[in-house]
Amino acid sequence: VNPEELLFAKTHEWVSVAEEDGSKIATVGISAFAVEALTDLVFIELPKTGRPVTALEPFCEVESVKAVSDIYAPVSGEVIAVNEGLPDDLESLSTDPYGAGWIAKIRIKDPASLEALMDYETYQKQCAEEAE
Amino acid sequence: MTATATLTRTPFFDWHLARGGRMVDFAGWAMPVQYASIVEEHQATRQAVGLFDISHMGRLTISGPEAAKFLDCLLTRRVDDMRPGQIRYSLVTNADGGILDDVLVYCLEKNPTGTDGGPAYPLVVNAGNREKILDWLKDRATEFAARVVDDSANTSMIAVQGPAAVGIADAMTGGAVSSLKYYHGTTAEIDGTEAYVSRTGYTGEDGCEIVCSNAHATAIWESLIAEAEKVGGRACGLGARDTLRLEAAMPLYGHELSENVNAAQAGLRFAVTLGDRDFIGREAFERFAADPHQPMRVGLHIESRRVAREGSAVLSRGKTVGEVTSGTFSPTLDRPIAMAYVEPRTAASGAQLTVDIRGSEVPAVVVPLPFYKRRGNV
Repeated sequence: VNPEELLFAKTHEWVSVAEEDGSKIATVGISAFAVEALTDLVFIELPKTGRPVTALEPFCEVESVKAVSDIYAPVSGEVIAVNEGLPDDLESLSTDPYGAGWIAKIRIKDPASLEALMDYETYQKQCAEEAE
Repeated sequence: MTATATLTRTPFFDWHLARGGRMVDFAGWAMPVQYASIVEEHQATRQAVGLFDISHMGRLTISGPEAAKFLDCLLTRRVDDMRPGQIRYSLVTNADGGILDDVLVYCLEKNPTGTDGGPAYPLVVNAGNREKILDWLKDRATEFAARVVDDSANTSMIAVQGPAAVGIADAMTGGAVSSLKYYHGTTAEIDGTEAYVSRTGYTGEDGCEIVCSNAHATAIWESLIAEAEKVGGRACGLGARDTLRLEAAMPLYGHELSENVNAAQAGLRFAVTLGDRDFIGREAFERFAADPHQPMRVGLHIESRRVAREGSAVLSRGKTVGEVTSGTFSPTLDRPIAMAYVEPRTAASGAQLTVDIRGSEVPAVVVPLPFYKRRGNV
């Protein structure tokens, strides 16, 4: 997956959008920048399939040696699939954050909510500012 | 980074930044919480050697003809029978037996300033308690021929910890460290300057702590780093310092220790010597030591990958029986561990409890402390 083709939330989640059966499906994960900032991940609590989620609200959490952090839903909709293997392979969050490290797929309720997300270039600028 | 602009800096501040240290506010000091991975820094200390900037720790010196007599009224550990070179872990308690700080008291041959004669007693205190303890001592020193000096700003402190620590420190001190027994110290020449080296630490590993003048601190640090990196060692931040001390079940002030906690329940009876003297908090300590109803400090293995953090409630059959004071993911044991205070009836090793981790009850088992003990103690 080329991260330059993804959309990003302010809270460091990435989104890849695909059409499926006439609805838009968002595959969601956390960015390489976020994984790098968190470091030492030890646990991820996946959301439950079927759960409704609201954009900008926490929908699962990731735990590092130092602290637990919320992962925010970048779009509103319903969780239709989760990466079941991820809790036993947290390494893939670092080694392949935009591929094997995906977290969940969300059926998007309101495609207009995608407009609140950033493109790669804008997101990179945000990261550069945060790193200062 | 901008948030740390107003904080006090140690002489190693620029070095920390240059090496990617993530600087945080720790008791008013800009300190690195980690350089890259806490786990890798932790493992480097367990397997080779970790170097820690601990210059934020308070360093006070008590001297004068009645220095020992004075400290014997304030410290839970006896001081007047200490010989030069000895170091003791002690508590400073208030009249109610509450812990004001946990400290190391050193006994030096003579006052380094050379004015008072007789042994001088440096105290290493927690950064967050330095001013409180300084005031506590100064207010009470007036009745004694003793004076209290705060050396914290003029000196730096480095911890060298791990199985390779003594070898590295020895090579830089002409063998001064390996000749020291545990909890002993000596002056030694490092990089052409005099420093004080003690066989002490806060990681559960062998090693030493070095106090040196600020002027020579960076040169000593860089020499130590160069030697450490040859054997797989590295600089470590406060994050690894915390996971290391937690595995070793060493209490941390503000977590396991506070003015609301007494030495008996904290499992620190060894840090109290009664004898025939009177110190502030003695009466209260004796009362607590005889009281079987005090909550007790215990270790917990959390039966999940989720980490119980400070403040998590500990339950027994659905009823709250205590609270977690420190919790982390143990890199050595590859599982979450925690320390907690619980009601004594639930404090026995093997007791099956639960911990409320952000709303879900997770099973936890009381285990003996420490969680980690190195092989072949000094």
